[in-house]
Formats: sequence, structure tokens, C-alpha cells
Amino acid sequence: MAEPAAPVAVAGQVSSAAPDRSAPTRRGTELFMLSFAAVLVTGALMLVEVNQEEQLTLRLLWYGLAYLAVFAVAHLAVRAWAPYADPLILPCVALLNGIGLVVIYRLDLAYAERAVQTATEVNNQVPKQILWTVIALGLFLAVLKVVKDHRTLTRYGYMFGLVGLVLLALPAVLPDLIAPTINGAKIWLRIGVFSIQPGEFAKILLLIFFAAFLVSKRDLFMAAGRRVLGVDLPRGRDLGPILVAWAVSVGVLIFEKDLGTSLLFFGILLVMLYVATERLIWVVVGLGLFVAGCVVAYNVFGHVAQRVQTWLDPFADYDRGGFQIAQALFGFATGGVGGTGLGAGRPDMVPLANSDFITAAIGEELGLIGLAALLLVYTMLAMRGMRSALAVRDTFGKLLGGGLAFALIMQVFVVVGGVTALIPLTGITAPFLSAGGSSLLANYILVALLLRISDAARRPQTGARPKPAAQAPLAEAHTVMVERPQS
Amino acid sequence: MNTPLRRVGLAMLAMVVLLLANATYIQIVKADDYRADSRNRRVLFDEYARQRGRIQSQFDGVILATVTPTNDRLRYLRTYMNGPLYAPVTGFYSVRYGATGLERTEDAILNGSDDRLFVRRLSDLITGRDPRGGNVVVTIKPEAQQAAFEGLSARDFNGAVVALRPQTGEILAMVSTPAFDPNQLAAHDALAQEQAYNQIRDQNNARKPLLNRAVAENYFPGSTFKLVVAAAALEDGKDKNTQLPAQSSIKINANTDLSNYNNRSCGSGQTASMETALELSCNTAFAQLAHDLGEDKLTRQAALFGIGEADLTVPMPVAQSCIGPRSEGNCMNIVDGPALYQSGIGQRDVRLTPMQNAVIAATIANGGVRMRPQLIKQVQAPDLDTISDFEPDRMGTAMSRRSAEALRDMMIKSEEHTGGAGKQPGLAIASKTGTAETGNDPKNTPPFAWYVAFAPAENPQVAVAVLVESRDVAATGGRDAAAIGRATIRAALAGGN
Repeated sequence: MAEPAAPVAVAGQVSSAAPDRSAPTRRGTELFMLSFAAVLVTGALMLVEVNQEEQLTLRLLWYGLAYLAVFAVAHLAVRAWAPYADPLILPCVALLNGIGLVVIYRLDLAYAERAVQTATEVNNQVPKQILWTVIALGLFLAVLKVVKDHRTLTRYGYMFGLVGLVLLALPAVLPDLIAPTINGAKIWLRIGVFSIQPGEFAKILLLIFFAAFLVSKRDLFMAAGRRVLGVDLPRGRDLGPILVAWAVSVGVLIFEKDLGTSLLFFGILLVMLYVATERLIWVVVGLGLFVAGCVVAYNVFGHVAQRVQTWLDPFADYDRGGFQIAQALFGFATGGVGGTGLGAGRPDMVPLANSDFITAAIGEELGLIGLAALLLVYTMLAMRGMRSALAVRDTFGKLLGGGLAFALIMQVFVVVGGVTALIPLTGITAPFLSAGGSSLLANYILVALLLRISDAARRPQTGARPKPAAQAPLAEAHTVMVERPQS
Repeated sequence: MNTPLRRVGLAMLAMVVLLLANATYIQIVKADDYRADSRNRRVLFDEYARQRGRIQSQFDGVILATVTPTNDRLRYLRTYMNGPLYAPVTGFYSVRYGATGLERTEDAILNGSDDRLFVRRLSDLITGRDPRGGNVVVTIKPEAQQAAFEGLSARDFNGAVVALRPQTGEILAMVSTPAFDPNQLAAHDALAQEQAYNQIRDQNNARKPLLNRAVAENYFPGSTFKLVVAAAALEDGKDKNTQLPAQSSIKINANTDLSNYNNRSCGSGQTASMETALELSCNTAFAQLAHDLGEDKLTRQAALFGIGEADLTVPMPVAQSCIGPRSEGNCMNIVDGPALYQSGIGQRDVRLTPMQNAVIAATIANGGVRMRPQLIKQVQAPDLDTISDFEPDRMGTAMSRRSAEALRDMMIKSEEHTGGAGKQPGLAIASKTGTAETGNDPKNTPPFAWYVAFAPAENPQVAVAVLVESRDVAATGGRDAAAIGRATIRAALAGGN
């Protein structure tokens, strides 16, 4: 990460050290990388077809071009509305989304075969996922168009917070008819034929709220409380926001039985609090609360205890709780270093392979190499976001960008860590990869905001805007000898 | 605010590194363990998609198991011709429940992964030929197998028959009833497979069709064990005229009597010759004889017949046969004096597998030389080249030829005294029946009915052991098992070898 040229500035103020010459937009790089992603995705699709012994036709090329065309629209939108945005963010997203579509298609083939064997109905996921992708890109364009400057979001901070909380709580309070319990979690809303997870959107809204809130109250949190054993303890009343965060997470856990979202919220809010206050003590206090919450949850909720048991030894309870994770581990192991080849493995043996366990499918068929490459694409995406957060000049942008970037990696960590038995399995989707509309829509909003922030970070400060008159702060003002008028 | 942001960035990198490290651990370090885990059906699926080799008989190339091409992903359906008949030999091969029998022990050959097929696999890889498994030729004689199976099934017995060729140890028949159909477990329809398995698994089916009674379970041998006692006595210098007590019951300790079948005395005199005692199957005489011989001689003779061997495979593992209680892998110690009396008539802690009892008969038939029982005649590569061939394996001399012939003559007398159907004029059989008491209330619990025999007596070509887990309190070896044994012998002798 390069050191940004501009010194840290307080919100609203614009640095006086901005370069005058116009910076390159790098939109050409973005288009080139998008084409590269299209080649990779088309190649992956071709592998699936070969290994599944389907006819190789020109049709695949058309699919590849259609994919490129869809993302070219996004590219044009970025060109128009965020010309200085980071050139690698959109290609990374396109690659992840494309690989996700290929793997979901590959699993559709496997499920179709199984459906033929058991004479059940075929339920293809890939057309739905393509539709979701198009809708998500539409939303992405809308966010880029509407949010011209990310700083305007601070104005609606409290509203976002309120809406976020309502969305989060909605499935828990609504009756089962509208908010059914699926796979043990009550986090879905059924609207017509679509099921959505309002929590995914609440995640973004609450993130914006917290960034706005923390920026406005930053000084308050930085005020020192009592000093005990060389550590600055926060004041009691400053604990408010973290207690709220904690309460929200625990609420999600209790009423919606959604461990993953709960963990995600808590992690993101803790990190934002740390970034805003620059005080590690918040992390310590937060982790303490987290551990306490975990201990209570382990002892009170059967499903939490069971998850932990399954994590400690997936094979002890193979026939029930451990089956899924054990199958995933078998898949990873069978894939080994090089993988079985896309379309040549048996990833459909892992339940939920096309949503929560899609990384298990990738680990089996593309091997450790493919999985590592995938994780590095995520890392690159998040690091480009983090870099933008470092470079952007306003504190709100920094906090929001850092939070969004961290949210992305946190999701990856929770889902991949769960699938590979690094941490207890909590059941969230892999961003951009997993089948499911809500996660895709929410993550595209996340990326649109990151692009907006990166655009602000790289946009040269031209003379177009009137610079406020340079005025040295009082502390640095030269002492001027003023002659006392002679009497 | 940039310092904490950078730290968070580092934390994010650390999280990714953790994920990568864990993935490396799973996909490289633990990979072999997970891949080889029996619950990892991916490997089985891959094997399934390969054309699995045949299991066939050495006689007329009768096929026991082969494959049928299918249209689904598994490509080949394992198909058992006459599945229930040969189930104890073939076992089953299931995607869901793994494999048993030869399907399990010879899996490497049948699925083509055996080291001896390495060159062939290499050439398959280069030429792009679909890899195939090798074939296994078994020693089973279909006629004998069929006769034994029909004999047991006709009266719906739980039981087992083993027939051996005494000179070579080839297993001509290995039957266990009730039977199951391995075809149902090999079905590609997972639901059908599950239903079939649930019907026959031990927990759900008191008759335990999956249990291969011929080798996997041992039973009180009852009077058939008198052959071992008689062999020990003959080797000890006694002969068929040695006089033994003939009273109807003897005291084996202060408050326990051991009595003859139906409380009859042994013949008409005060004493009876060993020959008469074996012919009439007198318990008192053999209990006393075992006691007089002592534990050492009896145990030694039993061990020479192979009793107590823990690791015999044919190639499926054969359960250990015992004369004493099991402790630390050994079961050859008779606990006390009264137990020695009871052991002499094949009760108390004496337990033999039908395979072991057939080996005893075959050893007597072979002039005292014990041959290793073997089920595999030949292993072939997919192109029918021979990979390994049958070789008779002498496991030792259990008794002298003279003793063996003396015992044979006594067994001919015993056969003459035994009832039951299926006797054939002109065919001399040497046999011994057994009716072993079971349970805590033996007089009211159905016994195990045994018949061990070989024929023709002068030039033995086949030795059999028949076990029937009777459901009738009045069952005896002569009434229930003998006819099945004789039918098996006739089928094994018919049509040459």
C-alpha cells in the first residue's frame, strides 16, 4: 500500500497539497482486465462442457461475449460516473461472479443427472442467478449514478441506521408465512416467488450509519477515561455504541439463529470502532464481550453447541451434523493440489454446494491452486478497497471504505473458514460466488460504494473547485510583533 | 486514521493467510487420510465407473458376478448371477454400504488398482483404453453349492455348509442361509439400496442374512468334537478297542452330572470300545476319555487341526475357533477339571466355525495332513492372462496316516448307525453327527445340528461340514443335517472334477 500523497485531513477540509496535473483514469486497464476475466470465465465454461461430455459449440463463445457485454455496460457506467475509480475492482468482481455462474451451472448439470435418476423435478439455479446478476448490475449502476459523492451519505446516516435495524429485525418479528425458517435460520422474507434476506442489505446500511455516527462523535470516543494499569479505559457512557453492536449481534443470534450474520456484524463494527478511535482497547473490550457471548450461546443454544462440536470433530457425528462438513473435507482432499478438473469431480455430494459450500466445490474441482487463486482475487479486491480508503481525503470515506473492504474479507473468512473447518460453520454465502440474490445485490452495492470512494481518492483536485483560502491553524501561526501604540 | 486502517489491512491479510494455511493442511497434509476414508464415496464412485472384473467358477466358467453397462454416470451395474446362492462367496459391492466377501478382499484386482496390474494401467493411460479390472476364478463347484443351498433352504434353516477337497484345500461349496441378494445392494438407485439394506442388516433382521455363518461365526460343535478327542487318543497309542466307561451318566464334580443322550447307557456292557462309543456317540465315554488324556494332549491335538488360529483367511477372514474362553487373543486354555469333561463332548467353551469343522474332516480324509482352505483358483488380468495361480498349501500333519485311517473306519461305522435321508448304495461315507446343546436351559432350547463327513471313504474326494441352527428342540444332527451333507457330497462327486 502506497503512502498517500495527501496528509491526513479532517472531514470536509480539502488538502492544499493536491497535484494539479490530471491523473490517468486507467479505464483502459479496466476494460482490458474485464476482457481477461471474460476469457478466463469462458475457458472455465469450456472445461465444464468438455469434462461433462457435452457438445462443444460456438454457443459458448456467445455466452462469453454476452458476459463481456454485460460487464462492458458496467464499465461504461464507471467511465461516465466514476472515471477515476480503481481499475481492478470491477474486473475482480466480474471474475468472481463469472466463476460463480460457471460453478453453479456445473452443479446444475450434476443435480439434473441426479434428478433423472430419482425421477424428481429439475430445478436449475443458473438462469435465476443470471437474472440476479443483471438486476444486481442495475442496482450497481443506480448507486453509482445516485451517489455522486459518498460524503452526501452522512446526511442520511441515522435514517440508514433505523432502516437497517428494521430490515434486520423484520424476519424475526414477521409470521412464518412471510418469513419462513429455512435450514434452521429465520432470515428470509418471501415476496411473491422471490426470497430475499433483508439482513444482507441491513449490513450495508448499518455500515454507513456507523461510519457516519463514529465520524461525527469521534472526538467523544477519543476522550480518555480512567487510566488503569497503564491502559486508558473508555468511559462508561462511551461504551454505548459497542453495546448496541453487541446487542444487535446477539439479537440476530437469538431470534434468527443466524450465527454467520451475527459474527459478521460484530467483526465489522468492532473494526470500525477501532479505526475511528485508534484505540486498541475497544478491540479488547469487544473481544471480551464476544467471548462472553460465545460462552453463553454455547451453553444456552443447542444449535450453537452442536456447531462447535461438529467443528471440533466433524467425523464424530458423521451421520447427522458432521455430514456436510465431512463431505466438504473429502471433496477438498480428493481435489488435492491440482483438483479433479472443472466438471470432473463430484462436488454435488456436499449438501448446499451451490450456495454456502461453493468454495468446497471449487476446492475439489480446481484444487488448492484454484482455491488459493480465488482467495487472492478476493484479497486483491479488498486491498484495492483498503488502498482507496487510505488515499481518500475525508474521514467518513476512510471509515466507510475500510469497513466495506473489511466486510468483504470477513465474509470470505467466515464462509471459507467454516467450510474448511478452521472455525465453526456459521452459514453465510461467499460474496459474488454463491447462488442467491440478496447476497449478490448487497455485495454489488458494496462494490459500487467502494468504486465511488476510490474515484474520490484518485480524482485530481483541479482548480475547478474554489480552494478555501489557505490559512494556517492558530497554533502554527507565526508570532507577529505588534507594536503597542505609543501613548 | 491511516495507522489503524493499515493495521486492519494487515489483519485482513493475516486472515487470508490463515485460510490458505488451513486449505494447504487439508488438501496436502490430510489429503491422503480423507481420500482413503471409507466414507468418502468419491473414490468408490470412480472405481464404480470402471469396468469391474468378473468372479467366476473354475468349473465350466460359470459366472458368479459380472457387470452390465448402464446409461447413468456409474456406467456399470454390478450384476450377480444367482446372487443369493453365491452371496457368502462374492459378498456385495455397494456404493452406499461398501463391500464384503471377495468383493472386499479382492477389490484391488477387481477394480484394477492392484500393483500387479500396473503395466496394464499404464498402457491404458497411453492408449486411451478404458481401464478395466481383473477377474477372480474361484474354486467353488456350482453343483455342490446348489445342493447345499437347496438343502438348507428347503426347510428354511439358518445354517451353513462348507465342502472342501481334502487333498488340496479347495473350497467346493461355502453356503450360508438365510441368503440375501447382493444385486439389491449393488443397485444404482440409492433408495432401493437403502431399503434392501435396512431389511437385512443385523439390527433389523433377527436371522442376520448378512452374517456368513460358514466362516464368520463359531458354534458349539457337540459330538462332532469327539473326532478331535478320538484323534488325540489314537495318537496317544490307544486304539479302537480301548475300553471306555459305558454308564449312562458320570459325575464331573460334586453336584453336576454329565449324561448320555436320552440318558441311555453306552451299548450293552459295563464298558464300551472307543469304536462303539463313537458310533453311538456316548458322552460319558468321551468325557472320561478327554479327562484321562488331560488338557495338554487334547489342546495339542486341537491346535494341530487348526483350532485357535486367529488369522486364517480364505481370503475372507475366518473367525477363531476355540476350546477355552477367550482372553487376550488366546482361547486354548480349558479352565478346570469339569470343563475338561465337558470339552470332551464339544460343549462348555468349545466353539468351531463350520469351516474349521470341515477342515477337521478333510484332514482325517487326507491321511492326517491339513491343507489350507482356499477359495481362489486363479487371478487373471482383464485380458485373461494369469496373474497368480492356485497352489495347495500344506499346513502340517495333524495325525499319523495310521491314526487317520483308524478314525476313518470308526467314522464309517458311525455313518452306518446314522439315520436321515440321502444315503446312496455303493457310496461309502465316513461321518460324525453332532447335536450341540445351547442356551441356559439346554433341554428346552433348540440345539445346533451338525454333520461332518467325507467320501468316498476309501478315496476321499470331498469333505463337508453342515451346521443347522435348529428351531426345533428335538432336532439332531442325524435327522436335520445329515441329508444336506449327503446331498452336497453327491453333487460334489457327480460329473467328475
